[in-house]
Amino acid sequence: MKYSSWFKLALVMAGVVGLSACGGHSGQSTQQSSSDAQTLLGAGSTFVYPLYSKLFALYHQQTGIRVNYQSIGSGGGILQLINKTVDFGDSDAPLTADQEQQAGTPVVHIPICSGAVVLTYNLPGIQDTLLFTPNVLAGIYLGTITRWNDPALQSINPQVKLPDLPIAVVHRSDGSGTTNIFTNYLAKISPDWKNKVGASTSVNWPVGLGGKGNEGVSGLVKQTPGAIGYVELAYAIQNQMPVAKVQNASGHFITPSIASTQAASNINLPADAKVFVTNTSAPDGYPISGFTWAILYREQHYGDRSRARAEELVKLFWWVIHDGQAYCANLHYAPLSPAATTTAEKLLQSVTFDGQPLLHAAKP
Amino acid sequence: MTRFLMAKPLRLSAPQAYPTTDKPAFRPDKLSPAYAGQHKGNSLLKYISLADRKDKLFRRVLWMGGLTILCLVLGILLTLIVGAIPSLQAFGIRFLWGKVWNPVNQVFGALPFLVGTLLTSFLALLISIPFSLSIAIFLGEYFPPVKGRNRFAHLVREAVELIAGIPSVIYGFWGLFVLVPVIRKLEMSWHVLPYGVGIFTASLILAIMIIPYAASLGREIIALVPQDLKEAAYSLGATRWEMIRHVVLPYARSGIFAGLLLSLGRALGETMAVTMVIGNTSEIPQSIFSPGNTLASVIANEFTEAASRLYLSALIELGLVLFVVTTCMHLIGKTIIHRFSA
Amino acid sequence: MLLHTHIHIRRRQIRSQLVRTAIILCTVLTLLPLLYILAYIIRRGIGVMHLSFFLQLPKPVGESGGGIANALVGSLLIVGMATLMAVPVGISSALYLSEHPKGKLAGIIRICLEVLTGIPSIVVGIVAYYWLVRPMGSFSALSGSVALAIMMLPIMIRSAEETLKRFPLHLREASLALGVPYYKTILKVLLPCSLSGVVSGIMLSIARVIGETAPLLFTAFGNPYLTANIFHPMHSLPLLIYNYAISPYENWHQLAWGAAMVLLVWILLLNVLTRIMIRKWSVQY
Repeated sequence: MKYSSWFKLALVMAGVVGLSACGGHSGQSTQQSSSDAQTLLGAGSTFVYPLYSKLFALYHQQTGIRVNYQSIGSGGGILQLINKTVDFGDSDAPLTADQEQQAGTPVVHIPICSGAVVLTYNLPGIQDTLLFTPNVLAGIYLGTITRWNDPALQSINPQVKLPDLPIAVVHRSDGSGTTNIFTNYLAKISPDWKNKVGASTSVNWPVGLGGKGNEGVSGLVKQTPGAIGYVELAYAIQNQMPVAKVQNASGHFITPSIASTQAASNINLPADAKVFVTNTSAPDGYPISGFTWAILYREQHYGDRSRARAEELVKLFWWVIHDGQAYCANLHYAPLSPAATTTAEKLLQSVTFDGQPLLHAAKP
Repeated sequence: MTRFLMAKPLRLSAPQAYPTTDKPAFRPDKLSPAYAGQHKGNSLLKYISLADRKDKLFRRVLWMGGLTILCLVLGILLTLIVGAIPSLQAFGIRFLWGKVWNPVNQVFGALPFLVGTLLTSFLALLISIPFSLSIAIFLGEYFPPVKGRNRFAHLVREAVELIAGIPSVIYGFWGLFVLVPVIRKLEMSWHVLPYGVGIFTASLILAIMIIPYAASLGREIIALVPQDLKEAAYSLGATRWEMIRHVVLPYARSGIFAGLLLSLGRALGETMAVTMVIGNTSEIPQSIFSPGNTLASVIANEFTEAASRLYLSALIELGLVLFVVTTCMHLIGKTIIHRFSA
Repeated sequence: MLLHTHIHIRRRQIRSQLVRTAIILCTVLTLLPLLYILAYIIRRGIGVMHLSFFLQLPKPVGESGGGIANALVGSLLIVGMATLMAVPVGISSALYLSEHPKGKLAGIIRICLEVLTGIPSIVVGIVAYYWLVRPMGSFSALSGSVALAIMMLPIMIRSAEETLKRFPLHLREASLALGVPYYKTILKVLLPCSLSGVVSGIMLSIARVIGETAPLLFTAFGNPYLTANIFHPMHSLPLLIYNYAISPYENWHQLAWGAAMVLLVWILLLNVLTRIMIRKWSVQY
């Protein structure tokens, strides 16, 4: 009584499905402690993505740990952390009270670096640096200033003959910490903006079109004559796009750079590191800048996480806030000040596994 | 005693111990035991009863396969409905015509996306109709690709099928780099805001994408028109065009309508290409050149980052709306075609 | 009078000819831009076709070079797993449908199949996120495969059922009359005779889902490294194309064009293979 070959085939097929399902699993569980901790998954801010993609490639070379970071936007990073689908998130906006409540257990915000949100534009034939005052900026994004040769804009840029071109406003289509920094700034300088739009990772934009990620916004600005958009400094410089000077609270027009960002972010961080530095009072500080935070759960033992994985995670960020800082400047991010590094260290030391701090074990 | 009773059913010589509920075409177990007994020993009977058991198992497997499909569809529907409950509770039916989509204030309305979806889809359909219809008539009436004849017609059909297979994301990619700059130049010469991306661009891409689908549907429908009706028209002295105009098209009218519905369903649910060229803004589009968002593109953009329960649920409700609308279109279209070809 | 009729007929004939020309012209006009898309992708893509393109991983932002090895392997794995999942369900339900052409459940299943055909791919992504990603606590290639498997089913089943239905009654009766059990009749007579339809259905469904992006956005998620662990996020060709296409980096655009071309060639090969298979294996009753 032989089983028919078809039956066998079906059996083999089912076997393969089963194996491929458990195969990965059993293969994983036999070396759970090592292979499981070999890859870490992070998601979030596109603001910091150029830095992370460089840092994590280096970290992989040095330690063999693979860090998979997907730049899906800060809002996405927060959500995926809440859903516990990632090991860490990265956000340029601290969690709101509502989000903290959804997360359930406390989330630590570890400052990684600070960066400038710059205004970049595409005016055919014009390479000069434009100057923007806060009012003009708010006007453009509120849709009250619609043409490049608007008197308000022309009068602060007397050296340039601005073209008679409609302004194509570009903003982010996804929830973004870059947006959060930018709208936070606009809300501080324009009561109109504060009442009509507000500040958040994603807002209801009065005008313009959306690009996905910093990548998408710079892509759109680059392709659209007459466009203006806000992106992280690194994106503008890497794409050789012009960058505007913005007038800060002390009345100076400031070029966004590492130095002017550092000047703005050189403040005493509160213990939880959640702070905005937009519209800085520092005389040579660039007004639209902010921190980006790696966000992770303070108590790392949740779900089926192994201790090894949690340790690798903490080690990774210890490396990022120390050795990793050396790569910030090359990629146009402002490294943490010594005081900020201390705050970051303290925060990282507060991360626990089963109530025990992870860092003695992890500290090299 | 009890042991004896328990052992009894295990004896294979009693085929009646396996009652059948189903009705197989052939039931060897219905052979009378007397007949089986004549072929001495019960090896044949054993064989038959084992085969019978396998039959039943086999039927069960097939049945389960079918049932899986049903479960999948019900599961999908249920998942969407459950996911949409918080939003349904918060906004009710007003969700559908809420004009504002504002994640900051947690006010969600689907109108901008409904408008965007309908506008792009109908515009795409409008643009594609003359082209898809002409390909359908070309292949269905003028040059039917019959085996061994009409090399050119074969080529056209193959090309249409090949093009229908290009993934959405590649259309989007192409659109972003080739179509968008062209549209931008056009917009500059028409003195509208030269975004390049927007409802109009998305409609064009959608039109290109649904032409192959609509054309092959149309071809099948036109090929279904009975030959004797056509001959009758010819015998009355009609020219080819008159025959098409007065026989083929009226006869195929309902089928072509169904084809349009199906294409529309396609266009409504199309995600990637549209997401890449529509401009992604949650405002109600002011003109066909302004940027917008469709139901599908807003989900693709915002689903991984909807950081509050209500936000996420509102997105899922958009998915539910999309699901219901496309499914209705599809089912109605298919029913009409089914009636037409029956 | 006769002349008048003649002119009238002539006019009608000319009009008919005109329409014919217009339709041919319109067809060619439609096909040209469509073929242009193909040509454009190949022209942009062919430049990056080096060995390193297939073997290397993408470089970090701003560094030139790199390849799409992770996405190639990922696409193969994800689609392969999806096929393994969809085939058993697909074939058994196709058999069920062809065996019970008029059954009540079969009727319901047919409607369900239509629903599945019309379902937008993004909705499948949402559902897979809820079914797998949330409970498992991680984005994974597996969840992407499930989403793709759902999308494969209707095409596979439709194609298989079409051929299975054509199986003539007398062959089935002949097999049963020889005392062959039902399951063997199906597995050894019906299925081998219908192999062309069943396999071509599988191939077509693979060709259909290999370029799907939307269901993978929230499931397979992406991964800059090469991985074979199906419980981890994984990259795939369509995801790579999407991510790189909307980026501002010229180098990434290059990779995306290359990936688009690879994807197209892949789909083309699958289609050609299906054709050959149908021609070789189809059985004339």
